[in-house]
Amino acid sequence: MTARLQKTWILATLMLSFLIAGCDDSPWNDPYPASDADSNTVYSSFDERPKHLDPARSYSANEYAFLAQIYEPPLQYHFLLRPYRLVPLSAAEVPVARYFDAAGNPLPEDTPAADIARSDYLIRIQPGMRFQPHPAFAQDAEGRFRYHALTAADLDGINRLADFPEVGTRELTAEDFVYQIKRLAASWLHSPIAGVMGQHIVGFQELAGQLESAAGQGPLEQAETLRQSSLAGVEAVDRDRFRISLKGKYPQFAYWLAMPFFAPMPWEAEVFYAQPGLAERNITLDWYPVGSGPFFLSENNPNLRMVLERNPNFHGESYPTEGMPGDVESGILADAGKPIPFVDRAIYSLEKEEIPRWNKFLQGYYDSSGIASDAFDQAVQIDVEGEPILTDAMRKQGISLLTSVEPSSFYLGFNMLDPVIGGDSPRAHLLRRAISIALDYEEFISIFTNGRGVVAQGPIPPGIFGYREGESGINPFVYEWRDGRPVRRSLDEAKVLMEQAGYPDGIERETGRTLTINYEAVATGPDDRARLNWIRKQFAKLGIDLVIRSTDYNRFQDKLRNGTGQVFMFGWNADYPDPENFLFLLYGPNGKVEHQGENAANYANPEFDRLFDEMKFMDDGPERQAILDRLVEIARTDAPWIWGFHPKAFSLHHQWMANAYPNQMANNTLKYRRIDPELRQRLRQDWNQPVLWPLWVGAGLLVALVLPAWWLVRRRERRTAL
Amino acid sequence: MTAYLLRRLLYAVPILIGVNLLTFVLFFVVNSPDDMARMHLGEKRVTEEAVQTWKQSHGYDKPLIFNPEATGLARLTDTIFFEKSVRLFAFQFGSSDDGRDIGYDISQRMWPSLAIAIPVLLVGLAFNISYALFIVLFRATYVDIGSVVLLVAMLSISSLFYIIGGQFILGKLFHLAPISGYDTGLNAWKFLILPVIVGVIGGIGAGTRWYRTLFLEEIAKDYVRTARAKGLSESRVLFRHVLGNALIPILTGVVVVLPLLFMGSLITESFFGIPGLGSYTIDAIGNQDFAIVRSMVFLGAVLYILGLILTDISYTLVDPRVRLQ
Repeated sequence: MTARLQKTWILATLMLSFLIAGCDDSPWNDPYPASDADSNTVYSSFDERPKHLDPARSYSANEYAFLAQIYEPPLQYHFLLRPYRLVPLSAAEVPVARYFDAAGNPLPEDTPAADIARSDYLIRIQPGMRFQPHPAFAQDAEGRFRYHALTAADLDGINRLADFPEVGTRELTAEDFVYQIKRLAASWLHSPIAGVMGQHIVGFQELAGQLESAAGQGPLEQAETLRQSSLAGVEAVDRDRFRISLKGKYPQFAYWLAMPFFAPMPWEAEVFYAQPGLAERNITLDWYPVGSGPFFLSENNPNLRMVLERNPNFHGESYPTEGMPGDVESGILADAGKPIPFVDRAIYSLEKEEIPRWNKFLQGYYDSSGIASDAFDQAVQIDVEGEPILTDAMRKQGISLLTSVEPSSFYLGFNMLDPVIGGDSPRAHLLRRAISIALDYEEFISIFTNGRGVVAQGPIPPGIFGYREGESGINPFVYEWRDGRPVRRSLDEAKVLMEQAGYPDGIERETGRTLTINYEAVATGPDDRARLNWIRKQFAKLGIDLVIRSTDYNRFQDKLRNGTGQVFMFGWNADYPDPENFLFLLYGPNGKVEHQGENAANYANPEFDRLFDEMKFMDDGPERQAILDRLVEIARTDAPWIWGFHPKAFSLHHQWMANAYPNQMANNTLKYRRIDPELRQRLRQDWNQPVLWPLWVGAGLLVALVLPAWWLVRRRERRTAL
Repeated sequence: MTAYLLRRLLYAVPILIGVNLLTFVLFFVVNSPDDMARMHLGEKRVTEEAVQTWKQSHGYDKPLIFNPEATGLARLTDTIFFEKSVRLFAFQFGSSDDGRDIGYDISQRMWPSLAIAIPVLLVGLAFNISYALFIVLFRATYVDIGSVVLLVAMLSISSLFYIIGGQFILGKLFHLAPISGYDTGLNAWKFLILPVIVGVIGGIGAGTRWYRTLFLEEIAKDYVRTARAKGLSESRVLFRHVLGNALIPILTGVVVVLPLLFMGSLITESFFGIPGLGSYTIDAIGNQDFAIVRSMVFLGAVLYILGLILTDISYTLVDPRVRLQ
């Protein structure tokens, strides 16, 4: 065969193979293999690579999207019931705190918090739960761990966890929960809640101190030290029960038990991952979780995709049988009592940009999607009653829209340490209240969030105990109740307040100078300019000259920590659905400057602090509601924040996705999702038929250009000089 | 030539130290070790103690460049700069701030970058040179003028426009290729179609205009006139003589970028979801992961120097008059 013929043959073979590959049933633009077309798989995306998948370290929503499907802490949030309610997950039942005095005598439930020296939570775990298949548990015939003494030779050809040929499992015990809580105290793991738990769990700080000496040791020694150590306030009572002892009373602790921080961790996993040679291959506990939940992480390629697969050892769980009024009619309870999870697999593809993510959702390659600002008008329109509804195009595609108010607050904070805008002088009060009226957050929500938000009347968002609806819930300093709805007070009222404060038309009466306020902003893109201009105009309504001090996020944080800013925009996303988790942002001893806490406004009011201390230990009920009302009233009067807004989450779901339900607290909702893969595949085919005429037009155009050019060249070359 | 290459390699050492120092200074002007710690520990409930522990465990608890408390040489060596930089010269990149092995990640992520960059380079080179020769063939005609207008227009358009336009037209409107994504091994081919087409089209404006200029400069030389006088056809003059003699500047442009193909494209990889080194770098900058940033800048500098040396060597191959001394 001549070289030329050989080349032609290779080229033809290559082209043929591409053609064959392109001639399967799947659309040309299908990003998934054709073999997966009918698989019972959920397709989703992630835009930021998770930093940590170790439940002791992880504390961000994008990581919980994976972790919550894998790890099972003792409790979880009920999928459907509102207000949010804790129900058992790996625990057999929701534990009830038992109280003791300093001498260790039991106390009745209604004992005042000040008299309680210790609270005990006895947690019984469900029997028969097993960890996912994992090489850390693999044992040989003699019962020795197969991979706990790996040599360099053993690691030849090992690049992923799946490369270990043998796996094993074992039943969960109470010791696994105890071990994980001890891990929270290890300084080398940098658990973000070590500080909080140190304040509450008996003996936690002492253990953290003891473990300090192990911080410089190697990973294997650290794992062994951790295993041998003991935590005074956490003990395994027997194989199925463990007890957590807290200092005093801390009713919010139950919410922490619903977070992955408290999920069971087998010591075998830690020892396995600590072996030399694995970290260099990125095989670490921080990247390959070992859980007992409905799914396990079968592929961890954060640069490309993360794949969760059904855990064959999952102990089993049923779809909830209780819901809210209307849930039966809506069909969300159609699967009540059925075993979950419904799907076999979930593939999360890395998708950093909004535009391709949105387009792939419309093509049916993602089952659900949020709505980017750019695509908002394409997806949603506002009806005559002001409610968001889907556009005709979305409805035609069978897409459904779910909305819910997030348990978050975005507010404009005043630095209460500032001599002009802060403090509790009548003048500063009046000034802050005037600005609160002038800053039109309804307009802000409309312009900058496409209407996806609810104006905040106080620090507590809707859906959290303590929030009041209707007239009794409005902030009377900024709103009045008219025609059955809150109406923002007029600008004239704000101007009167300004005059009373000594700043008529924004001019300081004593000096005759325009009042100038500095606004600390994190501005990174052109979109920020419009937002900053808007804020400047709001202050200008009162004659105040707002100086925008844009900076990066690091410097912005520095200014908050040092208390050098005057006004700033900030936010908080709830850890748990309790008013304490919002009001602590205004608690004096949490002041950012003095105590490095989360109270960024550095607000301090002795009455507020006293009532907060009282409220945080109370169970929900009328008594607690009364104190919350008073707390909110104090905060509104002092106005350390302009209360801003609570964002509203909008999500879109294709018609083949069932059991999508907004739950802003639970992250482990993948197990409830059910899909119809056949319908999905059929619609994908319909929506993505390749349009071939442009190819023929392109080819024709090429020929139409090349042929005349070739002809011209030939003519020119054959032309005589004269 | 060996002496020349050795000398060039030795010159590279101070350049690399300078690049490393500059990266270090620029990075820490914007970010302090405290910022890095807070970024990695999250925004909630971060205590000062946790920040200090993180810095200590990641080696960021020392002075940046000069340690006044140390004595002797330790004043320079017992610093973040020295400890984080010295191992780079042995190509030991260490771990990223979130604990992943950087060398492993680079070895995994360079292939997707190359899978895009090499076809874009080769197809782009072939197309741009052919088109430039075609324009030169019809120089000073409407073909030339029209082409120059088209090329100027094309190079004036942002690469982002080509990406979004390509995704819209080929992916969304005509359903001819996946809008974004990637797969491993041979399954990657269908994800390469769109970025390669976009990359080639996006490079036509600048590339073709540059080659046109080179060829026009070459075509005015005496040897071309001689070739024509000897009766050679215009296409033979162009493809054999003009192209051959224009190879030096073409090589300067091409060989120098060859090693940099590893580094990937920041925007293209981000928009097409390609898990290459370009998106690796941009993510690291966003996450304030100094370990990755300094590794990638160092690697970029090494590859650039390597590219310059390769260019010098290639001169000797295409032009026998050039000698490296």
